[in-house]
Amino acid sequence: MTSQLDYTLVVGLEIHVQLSTRSKLFCGCAVEFGASANSRVCPVCLGMPGVLPVMNRQAYEDSVLVASALNCKIAPFTKWDRKSYYYPDLPKNFQTTQYDLPLSYDGFIEIPIENAGPKRVRITRAHLEEDAGKNLHSSGPFSQVDLNRTGTPLLEIVTEPDLNAPAEVKALAMELQRIVRYLGVSEADMQKGHMRFEPNINLLIRKEGREYKTPITEVKNLNSFRALERSVAFETQRQLDAFCETGKTMVSGSKTTRGWDDGRQVTVLQREKEEAHDYRYFPEPDLLPVEMDAAWLKRIQSRLCELPLQKQTRFVHAYRLSPYDAGVLSADRATADFFEKTVGHGAEPKRVCNLLTQVGLKLANERDCGLVELGLTSRAVADLVLMVTRGEVSASGGNTLLEHMVTSGKRPEVLADELQLLQKSDSAELEIIVDKILQEQDKAVAEVRARGKKAKKAQGFLLGQVMQRTGGQANPQVVSELLAKKLS
Amino acid sequence: MPKELLNLGCKQLVDQISAGQTSSLSATEAVFTAIKARNGEIGAFLALFEAEALAQAQSVDERVAAGNAVGPLAGVPIAVKDNMCMTVGPTTCGSKILEHFHAPYDATVIEKLRAADAVIIGKTNLDEFAMGSSTENSGLKETVNPWDSTRVPGGSSGGSAAAVAGRLCYAALGSDTGGSIRQPASFCGVVGLKPTYGAVSRFGLVAYGSSLDQIGPMTRCVPDSALMMNVIAGHDPKDSTSVDETLAPTIDFLAGLDDPVEGLTIGIVPDLTAGAQPEVRDAVTAAIDLYQSLGAKVVEVALPHAEYAIATYYVIATAEASSNLARYDGVHYGHRTADPKDYTEVYSKSRAEGFGQEVKRRIMLGTYVLSSGYYDAYYLKALKVRNLIRADFDRAFEQCQCIVMPVAPSTAFKRREKTADPLQMYLADVYTISANLAGIPGLSIPCGRGSGQLPIGLQLLGPSFSEATLLRIARMYEHNTDWRMEPPGL
Ligand SMILES: [Zn+2]
Repeated sequence: MTSQLDYTLVVGLEIHVQLSTRSKLFCGCAVEFGASANSRVCPVCLGMPGVLPVMNRQAYEDSVLVASALNCKIAPFTKWDRKSYYYPDLPKNFQTTQYDLPLSYDGFIEIPIENAGPKRVRITRAHLEEDAGKNLHSSGPFSQVDLNRTGTPLLEIVTEPDLNAPAEVKALAMELQRIVRYLGVSEADMQKGHMRFEPNINLLIRKEGREYKTPITEVKNLNSFRALERSVAFETQRQLDAFCETGKTMVSGSKTTRGWDDGRQVTVLQREKEEAHDYRYFPEPDLLPVEMDAAWLKRIQSRLCELPLQKQTRFVHAYRLSPYDAGVLSADRATADFFEKTVGHGAEPKRVCNLLTQVGLKLANERDCGLVELGLTSRAVADLVLMVTRGEVSASGGNTLLEHMVTSGKRPEVLADELQLLQKSDSAELEIIVDKILQEQDKAVAEVRARGKKAKKAQGFLLGQVMQRTGGQANPQVVSELLAKKLS
Repeated sequence: MPKELLNLGCKQLVDQISAGQTSSLSATEAVFTAIKARNGEIGAFLALFEAEALAQAQSVDERVAAGNAVGPLAGVPIAVKDNMCMTVGPTTCGSKILEHFHAPYDATVIEKLRAADAVIIGKTNLDEFAMGSSTENSGLKETVNPWDSTRVPGGSSGGSAAAVAGRLCYAALGSDTGGSIRQPASFCGVVGLKPTYGAVSRFGLVAYGSSLDQIGPMTRCVPDSALMMNVIAGHDPKDSTSVDETLAPTIDFLAGLDDPVEGLTIGIVPDLTAGAQPEVRDAVTAAIDLYQSLGAKVVEVALPHAEYAIATYYVIATAEASSNLARYDGVHYGHRTADPKDYTEVYSKSRAEGFGQEVKRRIMLGTYVLSSGYYDAYYLKALKVRNLIRADFDRAFEQCQCIVMPVAPSTAFKRREKTADPLQMYLADVYTISANLAGIPGLSIPCGRGSGQLPIGLQLLGPSFSEATLLRIARMYEHNTDWRMEPPGL
């Protein structure tokens, strides 16, 4: 019965992106994933008595850069605040963050929507803060704490509740991943927890001419696109069911917190009511406010570049690629640049795209590296594509050649010769072979000439015979033309 | 000979050591002999580093003998308040919660003392986490006033003041959040300077009220404070609130120290001074008369918001303290309760066992004023009043180079006289607290003797970064008086 309800899903997203600065936000310790526990720490990030923070300017600039790419207003004056709560992974028992004066606010992001134009989602704010450490729960009567992550710069981005489908939530997350990678400010590696999501979800239900809002739930700490999408989908159904069962609606200012159980693919209640959590924010007296003047902002924004969605759209129009292909090529900035360079050498865009997406990216994937790290030059790839276009090698021969170019590092024309992939396109030479086949296969010839039901199949058979005779090196197009001429 | 040696000023001692007339080793040995004789009664020190100090003294002497250059505090035995982190010995803050805590790094001031070839002899007692005005809040030890052992040395830098007055060191570092250098200096008859906020690095000073704390010298005479300032002042990249060269260029505080300030105008605030005990009032009035006789002009200035200073201070300082002291939770270092049931008990029991009454009181006050629903009424309002107090001083300093007033309403009070009434103790901070709220420098210099021959202190307040001038004004007074006498019985 829930399926008959008319409803709209309403989701706002909080995203934490770990910035890939060399050092932490307030001390000189290296930001490094996978180091042995408590080996990337110093008195400052350990919260020892007497220590003081010093702001990492790079982290601030990177944050302003992302905020600019998200069309946010950049605050000319911001400060730091302490957010107090007791937890063993937080050595000072307060987090240094930005409370009422975030470094940016009021922006938007455009996300690709399948079979539709891009959708604009408003960004409420983006601010910088420090990450906490990790509690390691052992089986014994104690817990351990690893503080390597403590003080790592986190950019928190909060959207308005403008998302209306699980796929949209996922699209936004993925788009943001592409953006921060484009800007070179985060590896945004999900496996390493570089991006974490917290969707705030409820439904607007229309029933018998009235509108009802279901209670808001926040799903904590999701660290994969799949979990994000599925948890939102699960919550949609769960809230529909709960509404039908209880009729409960939203109470302003309250929300429940749920976690995602990946094994059972369900959300689980964590906290019923937002506990009277009082973080006792107050301005951090150990740090100076940050003042952003026009010159500094200009210097930061000079690092802005064409964003992935803009590039994707341009690729569709300028190179006549499908949105899918354009998306694959523009997912990574270096790959997109390589594609454009190759095309710049005069190679046909669609063929370059096919070669790179079908073979190049597959090879890169196998080697766990980027396309541009395969050792290919755009010049050599362009030459290969030009050979295919001129009919000197077949399309499949081109694919084979690209693989060998990666393994051997040789030029395509050298490899084509070595691997005997050059097509015979000399019609005089091919004509002799065609004539021979036509003499041998009089039954098929007759079927073609009869123009009956079997003609098409017989013509294909004759083409196959020629190809077989030439060891696959005949240019099939030239052969087809010869056959057509001789059998007309 | 040892007594004469112990009575030398820092500068004289450095000169004699550098000239080979005496040695750092004999000065250091003399200090430890004095400590052995009298520290049992005074209780100034929480830790002593005799072996390290003697080795350092010897190293200085060897370098002098070899003709090598030595630093501006070469061979001078110096004591440090035990809320500054040092890799030698524990850094306790006078608290049970840090009783066995060993800092893994040196505070910037400690690095600077070492670089200046000072001999650090030990760490001095204090009110727990520098919260108090009598050193009676120390969780580890009791310190008495060298002038009268039935009285408190003042606080929170009571150990440093008692050590300097009692000739147990040549100079000491203290810290001042609401008067913690100036008031014990006054009670013990020594010179104490709270520099401008940001003039001396706080890196390694265990925080009490971060926007108020400042490290400064406690010495037996004005030139020694100037010498200490030469060593410890200056920008520190590790402290974002320490001012850079453009605001506070490196200067020589000793240069021109003996030159009187020409055309000196002194500001007085009669309403304020009226609240002090008569003997204190008289001594301060006599000091003002002396300045007048030296050619100074005296003008009345108004500090209309001074009456709100104590309330403002106890909101801001406790708010910051409640956050600064949150880290002492038994999880990462310091005292941890035995057999906790769960991690919340690690917090609650470790803190209940480790902190003393006054610290708990201030943490609770600070937590309260930052709580949602109370923030605007208390903390935000206090920040606004703080700005008004700053503006009061800005206006006053348009008319004068310094403001003169008492340091404390009375001389050193009896031990346990005020412990039962914390509010009385807070109210006694009335003269010192405004300087911390405004961030300006304040200096305390002995200006007389009250009943029982107890020292009285004169306070000089100046605009931000006017330490050099303040020291010169204090030196004018010191030149023409002789209150720098040693306590009886030494
Ligand atoms: Zn660190």
